[in-house]
Amino acid sequence: MSENIDKIVSEWAGRIRAAASEGVALRPRGGGSKDFYGRAPTGEVFDTTPCRGIVSYEPSELVVTVRAGTPLAELEAELAARGQMLAFEPPHFGPGATVGGAVAAGLSGPRRLAAGALRDFVLGVKLLDGRGQVLRFGGQVMKNVAGYDVSRLMAGSLGTLGVLLEVSLKVLPRPVEEATLRFQLSEAEAIARLNDWGGQPLPISASAWADGVLTLRLSGAAAAVRSARETLGGEGVGEADAQTFWHAVREQTLPWFGVDVAGGALWRLSLPTSAAPLKLAGEQFIEWGGGQRWLRSGVPAAQIRERVAQLGGHASLFRGGARDGAVFHPLPAPLMTIQRRLKAAFDPSGIFSPGRLHQEF
Amino acid sequence: MLDIQTRQDDEPTAFEQEADFSGIDKVRLIEALARVLPVGALMYDPEDLRPYECDGLAAYRRMPLAVALPYDEAQVVAVLRTCHELGVPVVARGAGTGLSGGALPHECGVLLSLARFNRIVHLDPHSRTAVVQPGVRNLAISEAAAPHGLYYAPDPSSQIACTIGGNVAENAGGVHCLKYGLTVHNLLRVRAVTIEGEIVEIGSHALDAPGYDLLALMTGSEGMLAVVTEVTVRLTPRPRLAQCVLAAFDDVIKAGEAVAEIIAAGIIPAGLEMMDQPATAAVEEFVHAGYPLDAKAILLCESDGTPEEVAEEIGRMCAVLENAGATEVRVSGSEAERMKFWAGRKAAFPAAGRISPDYYCMDGTIPRKRLGEMLEAIQAMEGKYGLRCINVFHAGDGNLHPLILFDAGREGEFERAEHFGAEILELSVALGGTITGEHGVGIEKINQMCSQFATAEIRQFFRVKAAFDPAGLLNPGKAIPTLNRCAEYGRMPVRAGHVPYPDIPRF
Ligand SMILES: Cc1cc2nc3c(=O)[nH]c(=O)nc-3n(C[C@H](O)[C@H](O)[C@H](O)COP(=O)(O)OP(=O)(O)OC[C@H]3O[C@@H](n4cnc5c(N)ncnc54)[C@H](O)[C@@H]3O)c2cc1C
Repeated sequence: MSENIDKIVSEWAGRIRAAASEGVALRPRGGGSKDFYGRAPTGEVFDTTPCRGIVSYEPSELVVTVRAGTPLAELEAELAARGQMLAFEPPHFGPGATVGGAVAAGLSGPRRLAAGALRDFVLGVKLLDGRGQVLRFGGQVMKNVAGYDVSRLMAGSLGTLGVLLEVSLKVLPRPVEEATLRFQLSEAEAIARLNDWGGQPLPISASAWADGVLTLRLSGAAAAVRSARETLGGEGVGEADAQTFWHAVREQTLPWFGVDVAGGALWRLSLPTSAAPLKLAGEQFIEWGGGQRWLRSGVPAAQIRERVAQLGGHASLFRGGARDGAVFHPLPAPLMTIQRRLKAAFDPSGIFSPGRLHQEF
Repeated sequence: MLDIQTRQDDEPTAFEQEADFSGIDKVRLIEALARVLPVGALMYDPEDLRPYECDGLAAYRRMPLAVALPYDEAQVVAVLRTCHELGVPVVARGAGTGLSGGALPHECGVLLSLARFNRIVHLDPHSRTAVVQPGVRNLAISEAAAPHGLYYAPDPSSQIACTIGGNVAENAGGVHCLKYGLTVHNLLRVRAVTIEGEIVEIGSHALDAPGYDLLALMTGSEGMLAVVTEVTVRLTPRPRLAQCVLAAFDDVIKAGEAVAEIIAAGIIPAGLEMMDQPATAAVEEFVHAGYPLDAKAILLCESDGTPEEVAEEIGRMCAVLENAGATEVRVSGSEAERMKFWAGRKAAFPAAGRISPDYYCMDGTIPRKRLGEMLEAIQAMEGKYGLRCINVFHAGDGNLHPLILFDAGREGEFERAEHFGAEILELSVALGGTITGEHGVGIEKINQMCSQFATAEIRQFFRVKAAFDPAGLLNPGKAIPTLNRCAEYGRMPVRAGHVPYPDIPRF
């Protein structure tokens, strides 16, 4: 197996070096489940799926090292068999989603506010850079401050810095118990309530508000979940329905996400959890205790960005809309300079997914 | 494309050898700084510079050309611009408690102290965030948050003295980071000034920010990328109750396995610490924590949460520990008893200083399952080098702090301690771990970086630095070794007698 992998990696290195010298753009791609995300992809598809498989997994270490082309579903099944999980609940958005794609997209699911984001769980990476070199950063241990934290930099880089070969991720035990509650609340009430609860030691592991209903998930020790239910009240949701619901939130398969807005788009708004209601035309789905708000709206991008920036956040065009403009929130000039130089540090010829993240590189 | 080409041409020299700053004109520098700083914000008399000549790694001392103590961000910008113009190195400094020489001045540079940035700008209990200046002490944040039932979770044992700016620069940890995360997991945003004098906002008050994750890069970057002038941290609700289990083992390997079994049982303790028998004996004599002296190793395992949750978890922990062969399991019956259990662990460093004229503290991290192997290897090394070593571990996350005891006054002991330490660090790397878990590379472990990383990665680290600091003026010569340096190999130990802050509990 690993001989085979070595062969693949050295072929890939050759292809990258050739592309760099000829100026051919490459687009690292796993299952293609996140092709819709970011600016319109360009470049020859560079299929990462041949490099797959779990390299090492020791549940008592809380770490798994996995090749980037491994299907996310395969990894999650392996973890579940040992009572563990990827606590950041990465969305798959399609059956072919790979671990490398999940890391490159950097997206996290419902448990994000409680457990941390994908980047918080990245411990190490092995990658091929734009010079065709294999580089390793970080490692398989929780605490590691040797060298700059390049591993986490890969989270959300959308294949623009190199081809991920392997990632080491921190994993966590699945909670002993979960319960789901529902409350009838307005947008403003839900945001206020979620932030109040957030300041108390309550085992809230996910929240979702839409159309006047707040759904809350509790996770933890049986005793903790039980006492939190008593404190919070609300209406209980059966276990099977609850699982279906949270899965659909994570994968955006709820009917809410299926509605097409004529001439509009689905925006991902990242805001301080306590930010006031948006007051923008359109429909909203609010997660992460108020920190992630999905907006289905036909309002012009500039207006959305302005409002969100006022509230201390940023807006990304998530689905639909024009993908040849600024999909992610524009960066101030000094930050753009640093980001451009970083891109060049990993990919001096600018061959990896040019323009996927920003028009400028 | 053009500037990329140029930089590639420049690369080899920057990677291979340290820049030479010996031509810097001190008089010109002081004149230039005096123009941008008010009276009282600039010092250059050797007497005034003395307090800044070292950080917590006191074996290394250097005098800077000048110390700048700005009052506000505009002055930080001015200092950095000036130094950039004149090609002068700048070393940022918080409280100077760092243990790897990160804040050690550059002899041809300016030491930039952020001590006057000591204000909590804004604390918002509703969104559980605090905006603080970098010179605010770690504990001061938790104290300010306490009335709201909140605290700042990362708790390095230097927390009464160290600053949040220093914590960001070192990605500081504490005994509770297995459950609550390191500094990197508890930051939302930093505001910083680049060496070119540009102000950058990295991260945001939301949970993420557009573009590459520069916040991750900044955390643990040892003052080499930009100077932090403001930090937004996340605050955590204080748990209602904490209880601690003390478990004794008649065998070190068994204790190591018990650690793995706790985790395998799906428990993430709030703290999980281990001490071997010599460490227990050393502290018991000092603080009388009531540790069982016949045990070959003890574990401290903490649970926090609601009273019901803690009761349930403590029950599960005790069952696992008993099954793993603990000879004794004690649960703290009161807050006083819990503090007593911890008092011994926290006194490990001072205790080492009492039983030995000198000691050398290591900071490697290894996969938890290799703990037993590491302990056996250390035992063998004690024989090989003819020196004793007492072991305290953040066992939950595999972070080791072996304390090598020696007497620098005795012929050859110093060198033997050095080699002993080097072998531990190299074994940490060989076992799949790292040379530093939380104290940073600084100047202390810069040579061991060469064992952990290959040339290609070291070059890449220089390129990452150049993306923020193309002129290479922020803390040069630290954290990332030049390729020439990798050819050399030398290190100095911490002298117990000279460790600053002797009263702070050490982890
Ligand atoms: C007794 C004792 C116990 C300790 N226990 C722990 C522990 O449990 N866990 C742990 O992780 N560490 C521990 N440490 C190490 C040390 O306290 C931490 O590394 C701490 O984060 C350093 O903070 P400081 O303010 O003292 O920084 P300094 O020592 O002043 O500086 C450390 C580094 O940060 C840089 N820096 C400082 N401020 C800024 C800024 N504003 N912008 C950019 N760079 C900056 C400096 O250049 C330097 O590289 C301990 C130290 C002592 C002495």
